[in-house]
Amino acid sequence: MRDWLLYRTFWDLTITGLALGSIYSLVALGYTLVYGVLRLINFAHSEIFMVGTFGALMASQEFLGIPMLEDGGYPYRTGFMLIVFLMFILLCAMVFSGLGAVALERVAYKLRGNGDLFGAVVLAFLTGFVVSMVFVDDTLANVIVAAILTAPITMGYMSLFRRGKQSPRLAFLISAIGASTAIAEAMAIWGPEKREQYQTPRILEKDVLFTFLGADVRVDNLIVIVGALLMMVALTLFVNKSRLGRGVRAVAQDAETARILGVNVDMIILVTFALGGVMAGGAAMLFTLVYEQSRFNIGFILGVKSFTAAVLGGIGNLKGALLGGLILGLVENYASAIFGGQWKDVVAFVVLLVVLMFRPTGLLGESLGRARV
Amino acid sequence: MKKSRVLRASALLIGLSLVGVACGGDDTSSDTTAAAGGDVTCDGLKIAFFGALTGDAGNLGQNIKKGVDLAVAEFNEANPGCQVGIEAYDSQGDPAQAPALADKAVADASVVGIVGPAFSGESKAVNGKFDEAGLPIVTPSATNPDLANQGWKIFHRALAGDDKQGPGIVQKITADGKAKVGVIDDNSEYGKGLADIVQAGLGDVAVEMNSLDPEGSDYSAIVTAAKDAGVDGIFFGGYYAAAGKLAKQLKDGGVDAQLYFADGVLDVGFIEAAGPAAEGSIIMCPCAPKDSNADFLAAFKAKFNEDPATYAAEAYDAATAFLDAIAAGKQDRASILEFLKTYDKAGVTKQIKWDEKGEVAGNAIYAYTIESGAIVGKPGLIG
Repeated sequence: MRDWLLYRTFWDLTITGLALGSIYSLVALGYTLVYGVLRLINFAHSEIFMVGTFGALMASQEFLGIPMLEDGGYPYRTGFMLIVFLMFILLCAMVFSGLGAVALERVAYKLRGNGDLFGAVVLAFLTGFVVSMVFVDDTLANVIVAAILTAPITMGYMSLFRRGKQSPRLAFLISAIGASTAIAEAMAIWGPEKREQYQTPRILEKDVLFTFLGADVRVDNLIVIVGALLMMVALTLFVNKSRLGRGVRAVAQDAETARILGVNVDMIILVTFALGGVMAGGAAMLFTLVYEQSRFNIGFILGVKSFTAAVLGGIGNLKGALLGGLILGLVENYASAIFGGQWKDVVAFVVLLVVLMFRPTGLLGESLGRARV
Repeated sequence: MKKSRVLRASALLIGLSLVGVACGGDDTSSDTTAAAGGDVTCDGLKIAFFGALTGDAGNLGQNIKKGVDLAVAEFNEANPGCQVGIEAYDSQGDPAQAPALADKAVADASVVGIVGPAFSGESKAVNGKFDEAGLPIVTPSATNPDLANQGWKIFHRALAGDDKQGPGIVQKITADGKAKVGVIDDNSEYGKGLADIVQAGLGDVAVEMNSLDPEGSDYSAIVTAAKDAGVDGIFFGGYYAAAGKLAKQLKDGGVDAQLYFADGVLDVGFIEAAGPAAEGSIIMCPCAPKDSNADFLAAFKAKFNEDPATYAAEAYDAATAFLDAIAAGKQDRASILEFLKTYDKAGVTKQIKWDEKGEVAGNAIYAYTIESGAIVGKPGLIG
């Protein structure tokens, strides 16, 4: 029991665990939403989160021009400017992730034998690029060659799509895994810092706001927990109250019937991806606020954890994603205190296995499609 | 095994005979400095760099590569008849990626010596392959003590191992009068090995705080444990990227303890990752300060327009040993390996002379600190 460390530091661990758990929850929403409507796991969602962290990074460093250090100290902003800056960074991260998710859906998921032009163009460009890479070792030349080749290859793909049958579901799973690797490696190869770690500037002074049962509550931890909760409330309201949200629920319940009743299913799927992406963008902004870093594979471990959180809470269930994320964050922190840091992943997965043994559909069960959201 | 070695040897012989008669006559070349060779002739020989050029500790490999580049450039300039090439194997510091690259290096008969592998984990994974192939290596940076005890005949290192660095760190921490020191590692061959040595050396003063995941981002559980234990010093065995994240989160969490690190952290990447939290950290290293040799410093600055960073000078010494062998007419793997056994020369960092295990004679440990966002040497060399 490591000297009753857990007992003495319980509330400290609870607060930091909840902060990390909130980020898991937000990312888990993306897995759960897509699973709800498509019955598929979007394994590239972790890279959507990564794209969001780079959106936050670009917003603060490029668009707002915040330096890493000012006069040897952190470039703190205060008052109204701080709020404006934070909101702008949040917006950028959400736009990056949202657009990333939409593009991903178009390329990796949309090729359903009915010939989607956008997906075909992107695929054709990538094909041209890869072919060109075999012959020339110059990125600009590759881009030019790919651009020239795009039109003929697109036509070829379109005719293939038209002839092709509906792809088996497993194909999307594989194409998502492929997209995940491709996005991360593209960042590692063409990103300015390659495989190195990136730092985001700290504009929020991380003061201790108050002490809760002996534990320091820092302002960044509080913002993460409250921010994540607000975003989740907004998402739940959107899904439950709005017209598009009703469409999402209808498709989740029964896609074919929804289609017959006049719901634009393709549109709804796109909206679902976009919603998941926006949530991942929010998570990414909060993540860079607390941890101030990113890298090409930042999404990998976090994605696996968030997927675990979604399954733990009951995949397809929005409240389950929240609950699963928070529980996972807490369990990891407590396990670190009891067994040491190297055991936290083991304990997290043991908890998942035990829960699935007794509740195969997760803690809250699946419900996005069952109109019990 | 034996058969393949014979095959490789004969392949080498054929290759060498193709190189031409010219090579034969130069056994008399001086073994002073590489640059003084002058009339050396050779053809198609390469020295390889093996280690991380990209990835989480890529800066360290970049430094090493520059040291090799400088040594080879100087040699080639002084020896128009012998242009030595450089092959770079970027392992990303990953023991899982290293073996395939090692096979490539072994298969390339023109590679006669390797500067590297840079890190201890990858060294453990591939040095056996190099040993089997009889391909001599001089690592400018892998410090895990076990590496010298594997019976590898090809193994040499250009700096003291962690069996010297560990006690040096302990000596420094003890001299600073720390009463309670948390010991953390990154679970790598190097980090865990060194942390274990430091922990054992500190005895009752050490508080074990387990490992962290260098690829992870949240170290709050360790911060909480450090706060709870009330440590006045913390040692972390690992590389600079993780060290930066850890230092920042410790400071944010209100831990005021003096931070101690070792050679894997001695890089500007640590300062970039930790920001102001890096200030005042003490970093020990068996690597010589950049200004320990004025000629090397000037030559390096002239070529790269920057100061040499961690391991660049060690890499220069390592590459120079191979180049001296080539200058002495030893132009295949076996004779270069033989040459290194009796090598004894003042390098830019220390006297380069290896014992039978491949450990270098000089074993000074240096202390560095971070002041105003820059690495500065701290007086107080620990011998």
